[in-house]
Amino acid sequence: MSTGLKLAAAAAAAAIALSTPASAETLRIATEGAYPPFNFVDASGELQGFDVDIAKALCAAMEADCEITAQAWDGIIPGLNAGRYDAIVASMSITPERQEAVNFTEPYYQAGAVLVGPVESDIMPEPEALAGKLIGVQRASTYANLIEQRFPDAEARLYDTVENHNLDLTAGRLDGVIAQRIFMSNWLADEGEGYEMKGEAMLDPDILGLGAGIAVRKEDTELLERLDAALTQIMDDGTYDEINDRYFTVSLKPQR
Amino acid sequence: MNWQVMIDSIPRLLGGAAVTLQLVTLAALAGFAIALVVALARLNRNPLLWMPAFGFIFYFRGTPLLVQIFLIYYGLSQFPEVRDSALWPILREPWWCALLAFTLNTSAYTAEIMRGAIQAVPRGQIEAAMATGMSPLTRMRRVVLPQALRIGLPAYSNEVILLVKASSLASTVTLMDLTGVARTISSVNYMPVELLSMAALIYLAINFMLTRLFKLIEYQISGERRAAVRDPLMAAGLHNPEALQKAELK
Amino acid sequence: MFALQGFGPMLLQGTLMTIQVALLATFFGVLIGIVMALMKLSSSRVARLIGDIYTTIVRGVPILVLILLFYFGAISGVNALARAVGYTQFIDLSAFVAGTAALALAFGAYATEVFRGAFQSIPKGQIEAARALSMSRFTAFRRVSLPQVWRIALPGLGNIFLVILKETALVSVIGVEELMRKTEFAVGFTKAPFTFFLFAAFIYLGLTVVSMGVLQILERRANRGYAATGAQS
Repeated sequence: MSTGLKLAAAAAAAAIALSTPASAETLRIATEGAYPPFNFVDASGELQGFDVDIAKALCAAMEADCEITAQAWDGIIPGLNAGRYDAIVASMSITPERQEAVNFTEPYYQAGAVLVGPVESDIMPEPEALAGKLIGVQRASTYANLIEQRFPDAEARLYDTVENHNLDLTAGRLDGVIAQRIFMSNWLADEGEGYEMKGEAMLDPDILGLGAGIAVRKEDTELLERLDAALTQIMDDGTYDEINDRYFTVSLKPQR
Repeated sequence: MNWQVMIDSIPRLLGGAAVTLQLVTLAALAGFAIALVVALARLNRNPLLWMPAFGFIFYFRGTPLLVQIFLIYYGLSQFPEVRDSALWPILREPWWCALLAFTLNTSAYTAEIMRGAIQAVPRGQIEAAMATGMSPLTRMRRVVLPQALRIGLPAYSNEVILLVKASSLASTVTLMDLTGVARTISSVNYMPVELLSMAALIYLAINFMLTRLFKLIEYQISGERRAAVRDPLMAAGLHNPEALQKAELK
Repeated sequence: MFALQGFGPMLLQGTLMTIQVALLATFFGVLIGIVMALMKLSSSRVARLIGDIYTTIVRGVPILVLILLFYFGAISGVNALARAVGYTQFIDLSAFVAGTAALALAFGAYATEVFRGAFQSIPKGQIEAARALSMSRFTAFRRVSLPQVWRIALPGLGNIFLVILKETALVSVIGVEELMRKTEFAVGFTKAPFTFFLFAAFIYLGLTVVSMGVLQILERRANRGYAATGAQS
C-alpha cells in the first residue's frame, strides 16, 4: 500500500506541476481554433491562421515568449478572467458588453456581419424578410446579439462553432447564417457553391463593435499598453501587411 | 456568487427543463418498447435474431453518446441521398435527431436490464407454466414479464435517471434544453458558475422526484412481496446489490 | 476502408489523450471512492452526511454540467483556497485538469457504492479476530479488509471504468484535445463528419473491447485461490 500512497503523492504533485505556469516571462494567449482562416488547427495539430500569425508577430515585437492554446469559444472570456491565459487573440469584436468584462486593444481588423443563404432563396437582412426564418449563428457571438436585437422575429439556432453552422447550412437545415463578412466570403469562395451573400454587409457598431481587438484582463493595464504599442509597430513595419496577404486578397487593416 | 442572477434565471431555466423532460419522457417510452423487442431477440436461440441484437447493444453501450448524436446529426447530413430522402424532414430537425439518439441509446441499456430480469425469473415457474399447458406467448405474458418487471424496476429507474443526465448533450446540437439555456445565458452575462449551479440544482430536483416516483411504483407493484420482505431469499432476489450495481452503470 | 486524409497521427494523439484522461480519472476516482465509502460506513454522523451529500449531488447532476462547472468555477475556488493558506502564486487549472477532476469525482461517486458494498461483505469475525490479535484498527483495515476488498470491488470498478472511458468524450466540449476534439478538427477540415465520427466510434469500441479483456485478466488474477467459491463474486 505504501507504494500506492507514493504513487498517489507523485500523481498529485504531477497534476499541480502540470498546471502551474512555466515561467513569469511567458505570455499565454488563447484563440479558438475553429474559425478558418483566422484561427484553425491543421492536419498536424498546429494552430494556424491570421489571428495566430498576428499573435506571434506581436510576441516577437514585444520580445516575449508566447504559448498559444485553443479554447472553447463560449468559455473564452471567463477563462481569461479566471487567469487561465493572459490575452485573447481570436477575432473577438470590441463591444460595450464585453468591455464591461475585459479591456481591449485598438482594433486589429474590421469586418462587419453578413447574411448568407442559398442562391435561390430571397431572404434579406431585414426584420420582415427574416421573420420565422431559421438562422444559424455562433453561441456567445456578437452576431447572436445582432439577430436578437435587429431581427427579433427570426428563429436563431445557436451553434458551438461557425463550422457547425456552415455544415448545417449546406445540409439544408437552415434558411441562412449570419456571421463575420470576411470569414463568410472566404467560405463562399472555397466551398460555398450555391450560396451567396444576401443584401449589404451590416456594420451596426452598437452591437457588432468597432472591429476585432485583443482582450486582456481589466487589471492588466501594462500588458494592454505593450500590446497596443506592438500592434502599432507591426502595422508600421510591414509585418501586418505580409500576414494579411497570406490569407486575404483585400486589406483588413483598420483606418486609424 | 451572484444570487440575484441565479434567481432571475430560474424562469428561463425552467423553460429549458421542460424541453429536457419532454425529450426524456419520449425517449424513455419509445426506448422501452424497442428494448423489449431487442431483449427478446437477444434471448432467442436463432442467430439471425440474437446476433443483430447483440451488435445493437454492443455498439450503443460501447460508444460515447456524444459520438452517437454527432453521427446522427452532422454525420447523416453528409450524404445527399439522406438529404433527398423522405426521412429528411425528420432528420433535419435537431430535436428529432437528439430524440432518436437518446431513444436508441437508452433502448440498448434497457434491453440488457430486461435480459437480466427475464433470466432471473426462476426456472421452476416456467416449468410449472409449461406443465399447465400455457403457450409460449401466454407464459411470457402471464408469468415471465410481470415478474421481470418487478425484478428489473430498480435498475430501470437508475437508467431513467442516467437518461435525464445524458439529455444534457442535446445542448451540443443547438437545442435549448436545461443545459443549453444555462450555457446560452452565461455566454451573454459571463456568469457561467451561477447559471450552471442553478441548472445543477434543477437536475437534482428532477432526479429526486423521479427517484420518489419509482419508489412509489415499486411499492405499488410488489404487493405480495411486501409480506415476504422478511424472507432473506426473496429480499436477495429483489435487492441483489451486485446486480443493481452492474445495471445502474452506463 | 477509411481515407483519413492525413489525420491518422492526430487521431492517434487524441486516442492517447483519451486513455490518459480515463486512467487518471480512474486512479483519483478509486481513492475518492475508498475515502467516501469509509466515511459512509463510519460511526460519525458528520462523515456519513458528507458522504451522502457527495454521492447524491454528483450522481444527480449531468457529467457535462459537472465538467463545465469545474472548468469555469473550480479555478476561482482553488485560488481562493491557496491564498487562504498563504500560497500566492496563481494556480492554473487547465481544461485537462478541470475535465479530469470532474470525471474523477463522477468515478468516485459510483465507486463509493461499490466499495461500501465490498467493505460490508467482509465478515465481521475477521476484523474481530485481527483486533483480538492486537492489530490496531488501521492495521486491521490495511492487512485484512483492503486486500479482500479489491477482489470483491473489481467487477464493479471495471464497469465504472467502461462508463468513464466513454464519458471522456465530454471533455472535448471544454477544449481538451482528446479523440473527440481531434475528430472535430478533422471534420472541420474535411467536411466529412460521417466518416470521422464513425471512425471515432470504432476507436471507442476498440478501447472498450481491450479494456474488457484487461479487466477479465485482472479479475482472474484477483480470484486466484478463490476458484472453488468463485460464484460469490
